[in-house]
Amino acid sequence: MIPSAFDYAAPSTVEEALGLLAAADAAGDDVKLLAGGQSLLPVMKLRLADPSMVVDLGRVAGLSGVTDDGDSLLIGAMTPHHVVATDPLIARHVPLLAQAAATVADPQVRHRGTFGGALVHADPAGDLPAPVLATGATFMIAGPGGQRTVDAADFFEGYFTTAVAEGEILTAIRVPKYTGWGSHYEKFTRVAQQWSIVAVAAQVRVEGGTIAEARIGLTNMASTPLRATAVEAALAGGAATADAIAAAAAHAAEGTDPASDLNGDAAYRAHLAQVLTKRAVLAAVGL
Amino acid sequence: MTATAEIGKARLRKEDRHLVTGRSRFTDNMVLPGMLHLAMVRSPYAHAKITAIDTAAAKSSPGVMAVLTGADVAGEQGSLPNAWPITPDQKAPAHGAIAVEEVAFAGEVVAVIVARSAAAARDAVELVDVSYEELPVVMDLEEAFTDKVLAHTALESNLSATWVFDSAEAGTGSSVQDAIDNAEVLIERTLYQQRLIPAFMEPRSTVVDPTGEQITMWSATQIPHILRLMLALTLGIPESKVRVIAPDVGGGFGGKLQVTPEEVITVLAARHTGKPCKYTETRSESLQAGHHGRAQVQRLKLSARKDGTVTGLSVNLLADMGAYLGLVTSGIPILGAFMYNSIYKFPAYRFECHNIFTNKTWTDAYRGAGRPEATFAIERMMDELATELGMDPLAVREKNWIRHEEFPFTTVAGLEYDTGNYEAATAKAVDLFDYQGLRAEQKRRRDANDPVQLGIGVSTFTEMCGLAPSRVLGSLSYGAGGWEHAQVRVLPTGNIEVVTGSSAHGQGHETAWSQLVADRLGVPFENVEVLHGDTQISQRGLDTYGSRSLTVGGMAVLAAADKVIEKAKVVAAHLMEASEADIEFAAGSFTVKGTDQSTTLGEIALATFAAHNLPDGFEPNLDSDATFDPVNFSYPHGTHLAAIEVDTETGHVGILKYVCVDDVGVVVNPLLVEGQVHGGLAQGIAQALYEEAAYDDAGTLVTGSFVDYLVPSAPDLPHYITGRTETPATSNQLGAKGVGEAGTIASTPAIVNGVLDAVRHLGVRDIKMPCTPSRVWHALQDAKTTGGVQ
Repeated sequence: MIPSAFDYAAPSTVEEALGLLAAADAAGDDVKLLAGGQSLLPVMKLRLADPSMVVDLGRVAGLSGVTDDGDSLLIGAMTPHHVVATDPLIARHVPLLAQAAATVADPQVRHRGTFGGALVHADPAGDLPAPVLATGATFMIAGPGGQRTVDAADFFEGYFTTAVAEGEILTAIRVPKYTGWGSHYEKFTRVAQQWSIVAVAAQVRVEGGTIAEARIGLTNMASTPLRATAVEAALAGGAATADAIAAAAAHAAEGTDPASDLNGDAAYRAHLAQVLTKRAVLAAVGL
Repeated sequence: MTATAEIGKARLRKEDRHLVTGRSRFTDNMVLPGMLHLAMVRSPYAHAKITAIDTAAAKSSPGVMAVLTGADVAGEQGSLPNAWPITPDQKAPAHGAIAVEEVAFAGEVVAVIVARSAAAARDAVELVDVSYEELPVVMDLEEAFTDKVLAHTALESNLSATWVFDSAEAGTGSSVQDAIDNAEVLIERTLYQQRLIPAFMEPRSTVVDPTGEQITMWSATQIPHILRLMLALTLGIPESKVRVIAPDVGGGFGGKLQVTPEEVITVLAARHTGKPCKYTETRSESLQAGHHGRAQVQRLKLSARKDGTVTGLSVNLLADMGAYLGLVTSGIPILGAFMYNSIYKFPAYRFECHNIFTNKTWTDAYRGAGRPEATFAIERMMDELATELGMDPLAVREKNWIRHEEFPFTTVAGLEYDTGNYEAATAKAVDLFDYQGLRAEQKRRRDANDPVQLGIGVSTFTEMCGLAPSRVLGSLSYGAGGWEHAQVRVLPTGNIEVVTGSSAHGQGHETAWSQLVADRLGVPFENVEVLHGDTQISQRGLDTYGSRSLTVGGMAVLAAADKVIEKAKVVAAHLMEASEADIEFAAGSFTVKGTDQSTTLGEIALATFAAHNLPDGFEPNLDSDATFDPVNFSYPHGTHLAAIEVDTETGHVGILKYVCVDDVGVVVNPLLVEGQVHGGLAQGIAQALYEEAAYDDAGTLVTGSFVDYLVPSAPDLPHYITGRTETPATSNQLGAKGVGEAGTIASTPAIVNGVLDAVRHLGVRDIKMPCTPSRVWHALQDAKTTGGVQ
């Protein structure tokens, strides 16, 4: 469990970090950004990743924390999962994120691992991408050409691949407020501390016994997180009843492309997506 | 035996303080001046010829002192030992610590880097260029049995040995074939014991110091004494020049009952460089290349009468050796051979085992070693019989078990069970469990077609513990005896040192042995020091495995303490000017019968040390040695009941309630027993639900980290309701039986029987272990498509 030798830099500003990335790029260095390190360091120790340089964002000011910004919350990329899970603003306005963050790994990892780090890592079985996708968040990315924003729908591009290009840094995630919505993150694992086999993130707005609007995200049902758009459509305008929700949830596997592995084959995952969607929505509406 | 204050006292472990305060000394903590570090180059292929190894780049890498390949050490590395040739014609491939011409499993060592730092060694691993010519692999046990693909090109067959026990031939019972021919009911099943990885907490580590007069090895091992002997024999070093130290050892579960390639390689590296060398494996190396356990296919036939009386049992076993025979690999299935009849009075029994090579990591002892496999098979079969006959699973068991008044009982496998009371343990378990209440709840859920169905899993068990009577081991062709040694030393102050050959690696020997000696000698618990795990301190011993420590090693301790008392009586009589026959000993004091004259062990210790006034010819020394060889195994038993919830929507299995009542005989320390039971249950439940060493078709271990090899943790396990009955063993003076493996043995079938009981009415007949949600769900789907009839 000893990584290959690598150079290490710990900048204190985003600009300095971007400069290091540019210089490394020019020198032909294979550079990795270190956020919480909960995924990067294990793969480096296993020598599955072999960067020649690591730029540690841990000392960059202003990348961590949750701020109220009108109709949205601004979550710093370096905000630890533990903070996301317990922050009062998130609990009030986007509880789905708190619920999902609380299921990540164990307390040690949640104190070290970061919100933005997990999103950029983009593990298909990771617990943050699908909820963030379901919220329709906006990703704020700093690069050599300045700041740009990417919608959640365009952010996740494939296995461990996002819209953040080499030389860029994800600085914050802007999440719309869903104050008053019901939400639930339904995660299915074989043991308590495990990546999701399948998980479902649900946010629903109920008006007078009717589901006015639903946003459903699926974890580990493809190489990227997915919106269960067929379920959302089937739920919208329908009754907030167990039968109606179960009928809508039957669409959960449509358009998915789950993997087969030791924890289950694709058919099982397709089935799980339906069961877990039903359970997530039922919990979100309070049934 | 009279119970006194110490026997049965729930003392906290005296060895925990240093462990929980970080003052532990594991092998990897050892740092010696000038010490070099090792890293292994391992084969990525499960079967291949080594055509060339280029070490030039590695040798010139910074900090690298040496690179050794199999060719470099072929003349000196010998062959790793197999101490249990189960038949005279057993076949085994040569097993060098470093592969020379051919690798037979992925992870086999092909070269070793010796460097000034662990990092330099690790860096150089990638610079060794090994050329392989890939060979066909055989991974599946049943396929290996056909010999279509050979695991070793040098062997003509994958069959290592076939071992048979037949009660008709042995004279312990009648013919199984007759029983099957005349069966009113015949149950035939094939069950699968998946491959498991011991997954001890402390990875294996070895430090070898070749300087000075002898080779000193520190190693994370369960068996310092056996290791010393085997190193000497394997490498041709005089045994007297080898010292093995097992310092703090963080668990083993059988996984450190081995003479490992890495230990031999560390000696070779130290010998070649003349410097102290250390090797510590990574977790992935541990999972990949440490020995595995279980891995059997069990083909079973059980014949019975319609009233539930079993008339015969036939077991035909395929046992996966993996690529090589480790220290006791070949004997593991044989340890199970005597346990398939379990607590029952079967009139006929036949056991046939085929030991087979595959291109996987070799198997060997893993907690229970053969006995969990046997218990799983028979307890699954008893449930199948109950289902077939529409009987309650407990009633089928009661119909067949040995009644308490029938002990001692010679079983159809030829063992003499000394004592037991299955009725009492079962009655207590049924009571703690609320068996009838849960059956009613089960019916309610079935009637309501509840998505979460309830199953009740039953398992009874017994096991042969206290390995072992040396004569029995001899009759089974095992290469050593089963005795244990102890020494009790009396210091001038009256403090006591106990030296035990039973080397602890988490069990709590220091606490238990202190209690034994404090009880017997009447000295304070705190005044007893237990020394172990160093062949220079405890020069004789056969180490720790097979739930043998208390029933064999503990008895040696008591016997040595008794000798101390006898010696001290001579001094006491002399000092008090009385006849030896009039000296009575109790609670640490020697009294002259019928008088108020008395003296303490401490006073006698000082007088013996001073030696000013001792009887003529008396050696001034109270220290005593004893070696205990048991005359029989001990036979703990118990009844375990599990209430299992199966979510039919997801296939998820939950444990609603778990009750176990174990009879481990007389208990020295209930806390230690409780800890062993809890840990054992967790490991047995893990086999039922979570753990499996899985390989892909090319022979790569897919579960090569704890991300994929799922060891359960506290949130995954239920609150256990534990109870005990106490039927003392007669094979040792204390009446103790052994508890190290009990929980592991009984819990696996209890859980799987519970899972099946929850879904059998939906048409499911079997689910392979581990019963993952995916497998349970697929079994339910398959049952639906076949209309519940298979």
